[in-house]
Amino acid sequence: MTQSTKDKTPTASSVQGPAGPSTEVDPAQIIRPKSLTAGNRLPKWFMPAVLAGAAVLGAAISSAIGFTITLWLILTAILYVIGVYTITRIKVGPRKATDMLWRNLVYIAFVLALIPLVSVIYSVSVVGFQGLTNPGFLTSEFVDADGRRMRSSVDQGTEAGEHGVMGGIAHALVGSLAITLTATIISVPIGLLTSIYLVEYARGGPLSRGITFFVDVMTGIPSIVAGLFGAAAMVFFLGIGNSLGLPMPSQSRMGLTAAVALCVLMIPVVVRTTEEMLRVVPNELREASYALGVRKWRTILKVVIPTAISGIAAGVTLAVARVIGETAPILITAGMTEFINWNMVSGWMATLPVFIYEQFTRPTDPNFSDPSHQRAWGAALVLIMIVMTLNLIARLVAHFFAPKKTGR
Amino acid sequence: MTPDESQTSVKTSQDTRAGRKAAKKASSDQNNLVSKDKAGAGVDRGFALLAKFAGIFILIILAFVAIFLTYNSFEAIYREDEGLVIGRFLSYAWPLIVGTLTVSIIALCISAPVAVGVALYISHYAPPRLSKSIGYVIDLLAAIPSVVYGAWGMVFLSGYLANFYVWVHEWFSWIPLFAGTPSATGRTVFTASVVLSVMILPIITSVAREIFIQTPKLHEEAALALGATRWEMIKMAVFPFARAGIISGIMLGLGRALGETMAVVMVLSAGSFTWSIISSGNNTIPAEIARNFGETGDGTERWHQLIAIGLVLFIITLIVNMVARWIVSRNKEFSGAN
Repeated sequence: MTQSTKDKTPTASSVQGPAGPSTEVDPAQIIRPKSLTAGNRLPKWFMPAVLAGAAVLGAAISSAIGFTITLWLILTAILYVIGVYTITRIKVGPRKATDMLWRNLVYIAFVLALIPLVSVIYSVSVVGFQGLTNPGFLTSEFVDADGRRMRSSVDQGTEAGEHGVMGGIAHALVGSLAITLTATIISVPIGLLTSIYLVEYARGGPLSRGITFFVDVMTGIPSIVAGLFGAAAMVFFLGIGNSLGLPMPSQSRMGLTAAVALCVLMIPVVVRTTEEMLRVVPNELREASYALGVRKWRTILKVVIPTAISGIAAGVTLAVARVIGETAPILITAGMTEFINWNMVSGWMATLPVFIYEQFTRPTDPNFSDPSHQRAWGAALVLIMIVMTLNLIARLVAHFFAPKKTGR
Repeated sequence: MTPDESQTSVKTSQDTRAGRKAAKKASSDQNNLVSKDKAGAGVDRGFALLAKFAGIFILIILAFVAIFLTYNSFEAIYREDEGLVIGRFLSYAWPLIVGTLTVSIIALCISAPVAVGVALYISHYAPPRLSKSIGYVIDLLAAIPSVVYGAWGMVFLSGYLANFYVWVHEWFSWIPLFAGTPSATGRTVFTASVVLSVMILPIITSVAREIFIQTPKLHEEAALALGATRWEMIKMAVFPFARAGIISGIMLGLGRALGETMAVVMVLSAGSFTWSIISSGNNTIPAEIARNFGETGDGTERWHQLIAIGLVLFIITLIVNMVARWIVSRNKEFSGAN
């Protein structure tokens, strides 16, 4: 029944709506001259003309007040919206005018959303490229030419023109890599096994409903709270370890603490994405496997997971992309250092986001912050490129390695 | 063809000797045949338990989060030597709570209309062929790390807005929000809110877009067929269907804004509480923690205070997220918000 109605229903494009173009003259025009769909439509050049008029008028008013491009654009937008509304209202009617008004507002909302994106990418790439092309930016630690710790006198040297901008981000790259990798190694098995439990074993019992609910709750944990948890938990466990006389790290601020904090943020993402992927594996595959006498765990490992592997890989990549840009939890758990530190359980560890933060808020030379800003924007560019690449990889993996759709 | 099947066959044929013998023979034959799969029912059960334990482990982690925060917060309101110091904690906490709410709510007021507009543009206005790639572009906003937004707000945006603050102060200083000396650097609550609004925009947009797309095509076409303009169609068919979804998207955005740290830390030059949103001052909970936690010694009263204020933040975001989910579940039957 529904199927047959659907077939007869005109598609969206054929009922284009009142605003849509209709070339042939229809009888309605003769009977109802004020019809919305037929006559009384404003000519095609109407909107560009109003826009041009608004631009000119906006320029005139803004130059009277004191010309800035921002003011001019804002005035033009306002005048354009008002102009289109008024003219349409007079020429066609209030309903069409309201339609046009909201249409323009929606378009403006879209443009408004694009402005920050363009502005951020522009500001990152302009100074960032400059920072990125400084010699040794990617390969050296945060040190001067002699391998000593960066300090304000080095940047003063840059100001005096003695040498270029010194100091690299190798230590931050290593730290980001180590912490994110550790967090991934901890979270992915837990997250994947949980979603296997939810999809394959749980039958809507209280435990599975509880897990689903609390995974939702975990998704909403603020990242700074996750950092607090990591710090508090590490202090607690170090205390227990010390009282038992076990050899324990001397202080709680270290890479592992940051990784634990990131796990709290990463696990729910992994659970939700992999759960979705496991659910779309067709049940026929499982049943075929059971019919051959294969055990459940083997079915899961050899049939279900290989079918969903592309989606799982994409989900994990997205989760990594999300935590690699996290700043707050790492800032309060792993801190900052100038040198490469591979040791997860001892000493401060630098990461890219924290490096960016420190360089902006505490420039190496407070009186001449240009080198610090260059390094920070350069690091931001590297970070954005890493995140975008991971996102791209996730999409490509999901697209190209997706299981073939069978002709069922 | 697995060991436990052969066991059942042993059980069922226990009544006769001959049957048992035959079954034994069969089972040994089967054992020869299936020797490849040595892993038996034990592994199966073990794997199930492992999966179950992973799920329980998540619950344990969350319980740990709650327990650690509560346990460590306790000493912020009770000192062994001084007794109950709840008043001191409250006077420390309330400006931060009000500041957090102010920043988030302003961000929401800026972001929500724009985000719904963008979602409408993608679902109902953009050329159908482009709408998917436009969705990707908006998702790019979500992919940019928060620290980069913070840097952008601190270096670029605040400078632009500083002039605007002078102008607003000149004309609207009779409103308490715009009273007070406008900040010369532009690093104020309002700037932080603008940066936050950019960060939560993709969240609200993606939730709203999903639901706008799910509006029944027949409803939309019926409205158009009755002569509704496109806006009237959206008002009559799309919004009633998507209302719960929009609200839950906004609540999710609020949850994100409340917990967002880096943008506020980098943009806002924090200070004591003030109602003015265009002069420097105010602070938020996440920013307070991020600024001070690194330098605070483990176990001091300050340390406990920071954890306690984190617990307060945790509870606020929890409530906001729960309300969002509750709205969705309440309206599940009537709309596409599920």
